[in-house]
Amino acid sequence: MKTPAATQAMITRLPPGKIGVWWFLASEVMVFGGLIGTYILTRLGSAGWSAEAAHLSAPMAAINTFILLTSSMTMVMAFAAVEKNNDRGLRTFLLLTIFLGLAFLGIKAYEYSSHLRAGFMPSTGSFWSFYYTMTGLHALHVLAGIIVNLILFVMARGPLVNGHRVELAGLYWHFVDVVWIFLFPLLYLT
Amino acid sequence: MTESAPGAAASAHATGLDHDEISFWRTYVFSTDHKMIARQYLFLGLFMALVGGFLAYAMRWQLAYPDTAVPGFGFVGPETYNVLVTMHGTTMVFFVAMPILLGAFGNFLIPLMIGARDMAFPRLNMLSFWTLAVASLILLSSFLVPGGAASAGWTGYAPLSARSIYTGVTWGLNLWILAHAVEFASFLMGGVNFLTTAITMRATGMSFFRLPLVIWQQLTAAILFLLSVGPLIAAAVMLLMDRIAGTSFFVASGGGDPLLWQHLFWFFGHPEVYVVLLPAVGLAAEVLPVFSRKPLFGYRWIIYSTIVVGILSFIVWAHHMFLSGMDPRLAMPFSITTILISVPFAILVFAMIATLWGGSIRFSVPMLFALGFVAMFIVGGLTGIFNGSAPANIQVHATYFIVGHFHYTLLSGLFFGGFAGIYFWFPKMFGRMMNETLGQVHFWTTMICFNATFFPMHLVGLGGMMRRIANPLQYEFLQSLQPINVFITISAIGLALSQLVFLVNVGWSLVAGRTAEQNPWQATTLEWATPSPPPHGNFDALPVVYRGPYEYSCPEVSEDWLPQDRVLVARSG
Repeated sequence: MKTPAATQAMITRLPPGKIGVWWFLASEVMVFGGLIGTYILTRLGSAGWSAEAAHLSAPMAAINTFILLTSSMTMVMAFAAVEKNNDRGLRTFLLLTIFLGLAFLGIKAYEYSSHLRAGFMPSTGSFWSFYYTMTGLHALHVLAGIIVNLILFVMARGPLVNGHRVELAGLYWHFVDVVWIFLFPLLYLT
Repeated sequence: MTESAPGAAASAHATGLDHDEISFWRTYVFSTDHKMIARQYLFLGLFMALVGGFLAYAMRWQLAYPDTAVPGFGFVGPETYNVLVTMHGTTMVFFVAMPILLGAFGNFLIPLMIGARDMAFPRLNMLSFWTLAVASLILLSSFLVPGGAASAGWTGYAPLSARSIYTGVTWGLNLWILAHAVEFASFLMGGVNFLTTAITMRATGMSFFRLPLVIWQQLTAAILFLLSVGPLIAAAVMLLMDRIAGTSFFVASGGGDPLLWQHLFWFFGHPEVYVVLLPAVGLAAEVLPVFSRKPLFGYRWIIYSTIVVGILSFIVWAHHMFLSGMDPRLAMPFSITTILISVPFAILVFAMIATLWGGSIRFSVPMLFALGFVAMFIVGGLTGIFNGSAPANIQVHATYFIVGHFHYTLLSGLFFGGFAGIYFWFPKMFGRMMNETLGQVHFWTTMICFNATFFPMHLVGLGGMMRRIANPLQYEFLQSLQPINVFITISAIGLALSQLVFLVNVGWSLVAGRTAEQNPWQATTLEWATPSPPPHGNFDALPVVYRGPYEYSCPEVSEDWLPQDRVLVARSG
């Protein structure tokens, strides 16, 4: 009952990796969506948060925003290098992305330590609870992205295989970037 | 680049069927074959069911004979009782129902039924299973830490769960949160895999409206899980921060809101009900037409209803919270959406009953369990309408009525839907038929004991018995209900013992069962078009699909079934 033509593996041309990553990101949107929604609702329902938020350093966060946006650009350039089969370019831009990610985490760590030295603990109040939890969870995502990029960097030392993975890692990296775009005004600028 | 690379991987996968010898470890332990992973999920789920069942037994004994030592367990005080309640619920929902109904059946059926060689991401699939195994170990290890296991209820309501001093449980509850987090990660990976596989790997001709229903239900469940679990992950992070870093997300004295936890929990919790229930409905829906020898009634309507259930499930969650102190104006809209969700479910049940109408029904064991599911699920659905309307809900809130209702919906799904699936696909999974007589004994004892256990719970609930008390005798108004509690406990022990028949049947059939032929039930879907058990890679040549999944008693062929992949010369398809 089977025809020889039935050896086609897929009826669609949709790349599984990309679809998988998009579904994963959809679930991630809900994680941060839950957290951000909770933050907004809690903040609307109580007073005195602006005074707490004033202790944060908006310039430092602005620099961090710039760094993260730049890292998204270098990630795109890494993928562009993959498409041109440019091994060297891929490694350079992956490394740049990793360094920018580390710089972001470094500045974040400096911010944390200065808050902690000033006596603002997670338990100090609702604003600080949200601040540490939201930025902390985001920082973990940045760290995960750095690890993924490091793995790609190590893999890219040989001839290019599975170059499409750079695009998939890029999707995730941009997502982490977009989350920060929401966190920055919500926490620092309001 | 992006287009060619996955295609190359897939064709390598298709041709390189690696029939060469694979080591014992790669075959049975760290396997990437979806069929082996499905069996691993099944056995992990069955093992955890023994754990969860034992906890239920200790709980029931305490309720029937308060403050006497439970045989085989020991003395149960109020604190231990709270642990039993919590860990029974957690184990059964997250470590039994989900591994069996989604992990085992989703993994086994999706590639076979869509005509694929494996899942889209076989190694991710293996990782999902082992992540779940780690989560199970974390959950079990929480019994051993100082302070004991979690005791804040399976819903982990704050502020009880948010501060260690309230329950006296320190690491037990932290590990409970961690076990959940790891379990969620496992099923997120699994869900991504299910969806990607069904979207990209369907055989030629397998359009979405030719998919067997259980696949639709699995996919809907996967989407519900992916989109609902996020806020609970966020909530779990906040709860862990409350417990470890001293934040006050859920503690009113520190500026937080205990109700917030309930909203976030039930935003996940209600879709989760359907994550567990829909695959069970799907299993029953697969079995019914095969043993009625009739096409499934209203195939597309069932799909549409499933999608409507999925959408509505996101806007009903506050019906768990009518008495929580939330704004009472919310009660009416959530009542309406909740009652509304009974419409698609009524369509589902109607379609399943209409499938039987005029069919030539064979009362084989899978069919008995499928019919049992429909019958029990109607009871659960009807009591759900009581709970859904706020005025009635206020009367029965947090009583045993809820416990009875819950077990009639979810446990009927797991027991009757799940067993229908196991008896039906056991030949395909293991290559041997299960014993029919033992199966009949298992069904009837389960059916009788199930009803004897859970129906009286509605009665004690209406009598006012609260759902989480360790000793009903401490209240005078509950003392007259005690004979019913004793009856429930005896029935529950009977229910547990009936499952021994199943375990004996599985063990006996694995060793000495009659060898199963390729298509023992004369069914039409693709998994029956390949040997039992299917070889690595599932199909010799990938099938081509010409028609929908339920062509029974079709006049165009002499047999009364027409497989999805059979070529009919006279008919264009």
